[in-house]
Parts: sequence; structure tokens; C-alpha cells
Amino acid sequence: MLSLKHVCICPVGSAEPLFPPLSFEVGAGEVVTIMGPSGIGKSTLLDFIGGHLGRNFIGLGTVSLDGLDVTHRPAEARGIGVLFQDALLFPHLSVGQNLAFGLGPAPRDRAARRQAIEEALETAGLAGFADRDPATLSGGQRARVALMRALLARPKALLLDEPFSRLDETLRAEIRSFVFDHIRRQGVPTLLATHEAADAEAAGGPVYRLAARPQGTE
Amino acid sequence: MTGGEGRGLRLSVLAAVALGFVAPILAGLAETARVALGFDAGLSSDAVPLAALAALPGVGKSIALTLWTGVASTLLAFFLAFELMMWIGGARRATSWLAPLLAAPHAALAIGFAFLIAPSGWIARALSPWATGWSLPPDIATVHDPLGIALILGLTVKELPFLALVMLASIGSLPVARLVATGRALGHGRRAAWYWLVLPALYPALRLPVYAVLSFSLSVVDMAIILGPSNPPTLAVAMTRWFQSADLQLFAPAAFAALLLGLLVALTIFGWHLGERLVAAHARRRLARGWRALRAPWLGALAPSAAGGLVAAGLMALLSLIVWSFAWRWSFPHALPERWSLALWGDTRSGWVHVLAETALIGAGATLLSLILAILWLEGETRGRFGRARWATALIYLPLLMPQLAFLFGLNVVFLKAGIGGDRTAVLWAHAIFTFPYVMLTLTEAWHRLDPRLFHSAASLGAGPWRRFLTVRLPCLLGPILTAAAIGFAVSVAQYLPTLFIGSGRVTTLTTEAVTLSSGGDRRVAGMYASLQALMPLAAYGLALVLPVLLWKNRQGLLGRG
Repeated sequence: MLSLKHVCICPVGSAEPLFPPLSFEVGAGEVVTIMGPSGIGKSTLLDFIGGHLGRNFIGLGTVSLDGLDVTHRPAEARGIGVLFQDALLFPHLSVGQNLAFGLGPAPRDRAARRQAIEEALETAGLAGFADRDPATLSGGQRARVALMRALLARPKALLLDEPFSRLDETLRAEIRSFVFDHIRRQGVPTLLATHEAADAEAAGGPVYRLAARPQGTE
Repeated sequence: MTGGEGRGLRLSVLAAVALGFVAPILAGLAETARVALGFDAGLSSDAVPLAALAALPGVGKSIALTLWTGVASTLLAFFLAFELMMWIGGARRATSWLAPLLAAPHAALAIGFAFLIAPSGWIARALSPWATGWSLPPDIATVHDPLGIALILGLTVKELPFLALVMLASIGSLPVARLVATGRALGHGRRAAWYWLVLPALYPALRLPVYAVLSFSLSVVDMAIILGPSNPPTLAVAMTRWFQSADLQLFAPAAFAALLLGLLVALTIFGWHLGERLVAAHARRRLARGWRALRAPWLGALAPSAAGGLVAAGLMALLSLIVWSFAWRWSFPHALPERWSLALWGDTRSGWVHVLAETALIGAGATLLSLILAILWLEGETRGRFGRARWATALIYLPLLMPQLAFLFGLNVVFLKAGIGGDRTAVLWAHAIFTFPYVMLTLTEAWHRLDPRLFHSAASLGAGPWRRFLTVRLPCLLGPILTAAAIGFAVSVAQYLPTLFIGSGRVTTLTTEAVTLSSGGDRRVAGMYASLQALMPLAAYGLALVLPVLLWKNRQGLLGRG
């Protein structure tokens, strides 16, 4: 379970927070949506939760995972996965190596590693793609590899930063259900930032709207 | 999760740069000033340094020559580069012609240019005897001419491509076609539209590069030895001679001249800046009155051909180096050697292999050192998640802003007193002082162009800072790192003064050897050393282009084709 307590973010040199303090919890397999116009600070909020906040912002409040406060841990020690609107596959690694990066050093056994990667590729409908250059994949294929990479790292929570906004209309629904299905199946608490109402609807969880006015729930 | 990350890394890199690069510069400057102002009992002459300097023959003329050649070549290079831009209309393809000129060290280009324009040079040979009637080289001083015309042209050939490239880089962000169309629709000519509308928009991005060219042209030594007037020479050459002479009495006035040259550079840049404002104010007033001038047809015909001619001359100059190195018998007025030979290149015991290896070793060492420091510096900044402070920027680029002669002389004295110097390690270190800023300049831009979210992704997958650095950052930056290395290597190969001073004459690189040979009689040997000097940077750039393509041939995303 991912929980935020009194989280708000101020630009450095300003006492005015980007939005009123947020407190909520995201349960296993639940997808909570943060809605708001672009520029309101959705990405900044996700940066704070994931541990990627830049020096020009100050984040306040606590982020905890399963009751453990992770607010002051470095990003790599939080176990919080991120998906961006670009898949951001590592350009110098093959598709298989990208997945192996997510796998981390955990399974030492070569055969076990390969099997985990093969399974992930199969799940993504990309069996046999292990040696491919990520630059040769289509947008939808890249998005699926990115999700698989994030899930192979066994995250305790997942952040989705407008992950569908770069995909075209026909692909969006398909990738959306692919992503949400897998998140629910693995029971990962997920926070989705989007400005698309359709994304929030498909997510099916509670929706928080960010605005420069007192916090409201739907 | 705050700025504490990477603090140790940042502090160690900062300490290395401060102690390794900045401290020697400051120590050198302080020592030069001490000698110049007569505080060094061992080296100071009896006379007041200023009086001693003024008493040396030709000093006033040297100063005038310095100002004249520096300012004239910068003006010429600037306007011809702009004319070239206008001529090719900002087309990027044209730059491949400029690449060899950009890569070639000053000394090599100067030697080739002398081979081209000398009374017995290629141009005279090509025109003789059928057009000129000369069967012997004419008795005209086309090189080392007392007015410094050869030096001005040589500097222009070298700086024009650089300024053209800078213009090209910044012209991309301007709506040039629309600006020119607007100007022409309002009744100005095409050239007028370029000068009155494009140039003012472009100039702010050109200001610093132009100042750099100006400062360089005023203090250049190798090119001025090869092409410039010799009696009296420019101030920079004169003081190099004094420093190199066995007469310790000349040290104090030479050190004083080094400080004076620094002052001259500062004043000239200030004067140029005033000139900019005057020209701008004047043009604005004239334009406000509905001026429609600058339809000079002769300028339209002359300027582009002059620019194109100089670029062609530069390329011919480089070619002439290679031709001479393979010549065996080539008497005047034959346009090409009568007998070719591989003898010079074949004679590996003559020493060129050794000099080549020494140059490569020093260049590779200085580049590696700069590269490691630059990468760790940038990584430290990335971990701290902050941009570069102004003082840090100033620290990095200090070696480029300081007059080389002023601190090299002092540094040499410091090294000699400390019992170091005069060997390869010291020269390598001195080269690294100059390669570091260039490597840093090149790498910084590429470093920040990488999407930070790539590293956020890596961190969210559990990769710590070192794993992100080694397995994502370095491989993704392979191309830019190799380019920075090639630039660093080219800078090192081109260094003349640091080798001369810190090597105390005991370390010989292709550059020092080529400059020495340029005054000798045998063009074939000088041609060979200068060819090697010109080819080494080209080879480095070639490797930097080819290696990523080979290594990442299956990774389109890293080759800009993703």
C-alpha cells in the first residue's frame, strides 16, 4: 500500500505550494488517478513520490510504502516504478537487456533470468524480440516493453506519468487495458497522472483533482 | 534526497581541477608578475623593467604590428565568414569543406600557406613561366612581409571557418528566410537585409567567439613565427625570443611585455565592444531615416569570391604539405614535383616516428586526464542535481581567458625552481590545462541533452548512482565522449608554447618540430612534419565518427536515427 500524508510541493523561493496538501492511500492493485491541467504539478508530485525531485522544488509531507516511511530514501532504494509518456527504453541495450536491467541482480542463475525475460516478452506479445534494437519497435510495442521492465523489478508501487498521451487513438485503449490488467494481476498500488478523463475512467479508482483551490474528491 | 548526494565526488574533482589546473596558472601569473616588476633578484635587471623593455629595439613597432595584424585578421575573418554564410544561405552541407581547416593546427596551416604564397610557392609555380615570365622566384617578400599581410591572411584562413561554423550553429534558430524576405519586401537589397536584419539578431551569439578569435590573434606565436614579420616581429613572438634567449637580462622586460600583452588584449576587446555599439547606433539612426544603402555591386562580387578563395587557399595549403612531403626534386617553376619519392616517409630512423609517438602519447595522456575529470565533474553536478555556478564556469574556462604567455613563462620558472619540468609528464600536464576546458565545453552540452528521465527510469528499477553512471550514462554518451576526446587530442597536438616552455626544449612534438623546420631550407621535411601534424587531429575526428557507428550499428536510437 502506498500512502501520502500532507504531501505538498513548493517551488524554491516561494512559500506558495503548487497545490493544497494531499493525503490518500492506494491499495494493492488499485489505480488512483491525479487529474489536472498541464503545468499544475502532476509530474512534480510523481517526481517527489519516486525520489526524483529536482533542486528547484521542495517537497513536504511523507510518502510511505506498507507503513514504512520512504520519503528520505534515494530513488533506487524505494522500489517505486515509473512509466513516462515516452517508453524511455535504454537505447544502447537490446529489448531483452532492457528487461534484464529491470530484473536486477536478484536471480543469479542464467537460465532463470532468461526464462523470466522470455516469459515477460511472451506476456507482452513480443516473443522472440529479445535481441531487437528498441529503436525498431513500434510505439505500442515500446510501451508494453516499458511496463514489463517496470514490473520485472517487482515494484512496491507504480507511478504512471501520462503514459498513454503519446499513443494514437486506436492504440491507446489497447495499451491502457494491457497496463491496467497487468497492474491489477500483480496487485501493485498505482498512481496515474493524466489530463484525459478517459484514462481516469478506465483506471476505475478514486480520482483526485489538482487545482490551485482547496482539494476535492470525486 | 537533497544536495548532499555526490558531495565527496564534487569536492575531489574540484580539488583536482583547482590544484592541477588553476593553481599552476595563478602561480605562473604571480611569478611572471614578480619577475616583470623586478622583485626577482636572480632574474631582474638593473634597469626598471618598463625602461628596459622600451629600450629594446623595435618594441613600439612590435606593439603596432600586434594590434594591426590581430584586429585586421579578426575583422576580415568575421566579415568574410558572414559573406560566406550569406552566399551559401546557411546550408549545412557546405561545412564539410571547412572541416579540414577547422581540424588543422595553426602551425601546419601556416606552413602550408607559406608553401602556397611564397615567391617560390605553388601559386607562383602554377603561373610561371607562361603567365609571369619568371624562370626564377621573384624577389618579393610575400611571406614575413614587414606589414604582416601574410600573417593576416593566414590567420583569416584559420579563423574564418571557425566563425562560419559558429554563425551556422546559431543561424538555425533564426527565421532567416522570413527576415530576408521582409527586408526585401521593404525595398532593401538581399545583402542589406542580411546586414541590417540577420546580423543584429545573430551577433549576440557571436560576441564571445569573436572576442576569443581577437584575443588569440593578438597573442598567437607559432603562426606569427612562420608567416609574420621577423624584424621586428609581433610582440608575442618578440617576447618568446627573449624568453628563449640565453640572456637573463631579457627575462624581466620579456615578463613585463607578457603582462603588457595581457593588457593590450583586454583593451582591444574593450575597444571592439565600443566599436560594436557605435556601429549599431549609427546604423539604427541611418535606418530610422529610411536609408536604403548597401547596394554596392562590387562588394557583392568581391566578398564571396574572397571568402571562397581563402577557403580554397587553405585547402590547397594543406594539400601542398602532403605534396612536398612526397617530392624529391621540385625545382622552380615546375607546377608539380619532377620526381616523387617515398624516401622521407620510408626512413623511419630519421626520427619522425619517435616525434609522432611522443606527440600521440602526450595528446592521449592529456586527453584522458581531461576526459576523466570532465566526466566526474559533470557526474558530480548531476548527483547534486544543480546547474553550474558562475564561479565554477569561470574556473573551468580560466585557461582560455588567460594570456598563455603570461603564465607559461612564470610556470616554467616555478617548475625549474621546483626541479620539475623539462620532461614528458610536465608537458602532458601543461597540455591538460588547455585540453580540459575544450573537453568540458564539448561534453557539457551533450551531457545535458540526455533525457534525465532515462536515469529516473533506471533509478526506479533499483539502479544506484554508480550503476546508472556506468551502465546507462557512459554507454549512451559514447559518441559525445569520443568527439570531446578528439577535440581534446587536436588541441593538444596543436599546442606550441606549453611544449616549448614547460618542455624546456627537451621535449619535441610535431608542432615544435614543424615550427623549427619551417625556417629551415628543406620544405620536404617541414612538409612531412606539418602533414603529420595536420593529419593527427583528422584521424582522431575520423575515429570519433566511425567508432560509434561500428559499435552501435545495431542501435539506431544512439545514432540519431531512432
